[in-house]
Amino acid sequence: MNQLQVADRERLEAFAREIRITTLKELGHLGFGHLGGAMSIVELLAVLYGEVMKIDPQNPQWEERDWLVLSKGHAGPALYATLALKGYFPMETLFTLNQGGTKLPSHADRNLTPGVDMTTGSLGQGFSTGLGVALGHRLDGRDNYVYIILGDGECQEGQIWEGVLFGGNAGLDNLVVFVDYNKQQLDGYIDEINPLGDLRAKWEQFGWHAQEVDGHDVAEIYAAIQAAKAAKGKSSVIILNTVKGKGCHFAEGVKLNHHMRFTQEQIAEAIERLEGGRQN
Amino acid sequence: MKLTLDSRAMKDVYIETLIKLAEEDQRIVVLDADLMHSNSTIRFMETYPGRAINVGVQEANMIGTAAGLAATGKIPFTHTFSCFNTRRALDQIYMSVAYAKLNVKVVGTDPGITAAYNGGTHMPLEDMGVVRGIPTMTVIEPVDNVMMEALVKDIAYLDGPVYLRVNRKEPVQIYAPGTEFEIGKGKVLTEGDDLTLIASGIMVAESLKAAELLEQKGIRARVVNIFTVKPIDKELIVKCAQETGAIVTCENHNVINGLGSAVAEVLAENCPVPMERVGVQDLFGEVGSVDYLQKRFAMTAEDIAAKAEKCLARK
Repeated sequence: MNQLQVADRERLEAFAREIRITTLKELGHLGFGHLGGAMSIVELLAVLYGEVMKIDPQNPQWEERDWLVLSKGHAGPALYATLALKGYFPMETLFTLNQGGTKLPSHADRNLTPGVDMTTGSLGQGFSTGLGVALGHRLDGRDNYVYIILGDGECQEGQIWEGVLFGGNAGLDNLVVFVDYNKQQLDGYIDEINPLGDLRAKWEQFGWHAQEVDGHDVAEIYAAIQAAKAAKGKSSVIILNTVKGKGCHFAEGVKLNHHMRFTQEQIAEAIERLEGGRQN
Repeated sequence: MKLTLDSRAMKDVYIETLIKLAEEDQRIVVLDADLMHSNSTIRFMETYPGRAINVGVQEANMIGTAAGLAATGKIPFTHTFSCFNTRRALDQIYMSVAYAKLNVKVVGTDPGITAAYNGGTHMPLEDMGVVRGIPTMTVIEPVDNVMMEALVKDIAYLDGPVYLRVNRKEPVQIYAPGTEFEIGKGKVLTEGDDLTLIASGIMVAESLKAAELLEQKGIRARVVNIFTVKPIDKELIVKCAQETGAIVTCENHNVINGLGSAVAEVLAENCPVPMERVGVQDLFGEVGSVDYLQKRFAMTAEDIAAKAEKCLARK
C-alpha cells in the first residue's frame, strides 16, 4: 500500500500531536532548549515510529531492526519523546533531560539512550555514519532499513556533500535520507545567510532518487517513503518542507527559534491549544 | 649492534598481515581516500573487492562511514596520510569514532619527516599529540616489520579506537623475528645505567646508534622503545628514571604533545629527573630527503648523543 488509509492517517496525526505535546512538556520542564528544530520533525517521527520502522522497544538492539540516525542531533528531545511514547523507557525519564547523569543528553547518544542508534551532535557527521550503517547491512546481505534525518542548516557542511556524492554513487536502496527543510538556522533565515538553492535538483544531480513533500502531512511523508523504497538500486532523499517551531504558537514564525527560553505559562498555553485541536 | 634496512616496505608487510587476518575474519573492512596505491591497500581491494571501499578524496566522510560500519559489527581500518587524518578529520575521529565508542582503526601513513618529498604541507608533526588527547584512543607507532606483523592482529581485536602511525617505507630492522610485543608495554633494547634514551618510530635506530657513540665516551645508555604512546608504559619509564637518573626522548614529531610530552608527564608526577627532548622543536616541516630533514631538525644520532651529554651534566 502506497497510500495511508484514513484511519491510519488519523492515528498518525494523533501520534504526532502526542509527540509534540510530550516534547513540549519535556523541554518545558527544563525551561530552555532546541525547540524549533524538534517541532519541525514531529510528523516525520510519527510516521517512522508509528508506521514504517521495524522496531522492538523491548529490545532496542534487535538485530533485525531498522535504524534511525538523527544527524541533526540537537533535535534529540523530539526523538526522546517519541521513544518514551513507544515504551523504550519510562515517561518520567523525559524530565531528566540535560540533567547531570541523565540518559537523555541535549544531543543524541547511542551509548546512553535505549533506542538511539547513533551518536550525533557535530553537524554533518551523522550522515556519513548512517551511510556506513547502510553499507554494513548491505555487506551482510541484511534487509534492515536505515533512515537519516538531516537539518537544512546542516546541509551547509562540506561533509554532507561528500556524503551526497558518495551515497549517490553507492546506490544504497536500504537507505532513506530526510532533509528537514524548515528554512531557518541558528542565526536566522537560511536564505539570508548561505542559501541552499534548489536542493532537490542538487541531490538529483548527485544521483539520488529525490522527492519533495509537505513535511507536516503524514500521508505525503508515508507515500514518499514507499516511493523511495520502490526506487531499487538508488539512494533516496525526501526533502520535507517544514516550518521551524511548527505547532508551538510562541515559536512558529519567530526568527530566532533554534534554541529558546520559555516560561511554564507559555508551555502550558501551547499544550492547551494543541489539546484543543488547534494547529498551533 | 649492526643495523640493516629491511628489504620489505612496512606498508606491504602491514597490508599482507591484514589480508591474512581478513581471510579468517569477515568483519575486517578497509577504507581509503584515494591513496590506495600509495598505501598498498589496493592489494586488499584486489583480494577482497567486496570489503574494500575507496571513497575518493573525502577523509571526513571516510571516517564517518567507517564508524557506521563499526556500528554494524565490522572492524574497519581507515587509511590516508597522517596529515589528512588527524588535522582534517579530527572532529570525526573524536565524535563519530571515539565518543560514540565505535571500533575503528585509524591508520595514518607518512608520519613526520618520512613525508619527505611531499614537503611541509604533508608533514604531520602533531598527529600523535592530537589523538593522544582523545579519551579511549590507543596510539601506536610500529618500529619495524617484525613488530608490524605481530601487532596487526592485536590492534584488530583491541576493543576500541586505535591510531596507527605507519612509516610506509623500508624500516631499519630492530627486532629479531618471533619477538613478542604487548600493546602498552615498552621494550628495553640495550641495557645501561647512566641514562635512558626513550625512542619511537624511525628514532629508535638513531637512538641505538647514539648509544654506540656514547659508549665510545664511556657513557652507558639504556635504549627503550616506547611504541605505544598511549597508554604509555608508566611503570617502565619510572623504573628507567629511578635506575638511570636521566631521560632523553627521541621522536619523529613535534616535541610538544608527542612522546616527549607523554614521558615528561609521567616523570613530573612520579619521578622527576633531568630530561631532554629530541624531535622537531616546534617548527613546520619542509621538503627534502629524510637524511636532509633529520639533520635539518637535529634528529640524528649525533644530536641525540649531544642532548644525552647535556642531560647527564644536569644530573
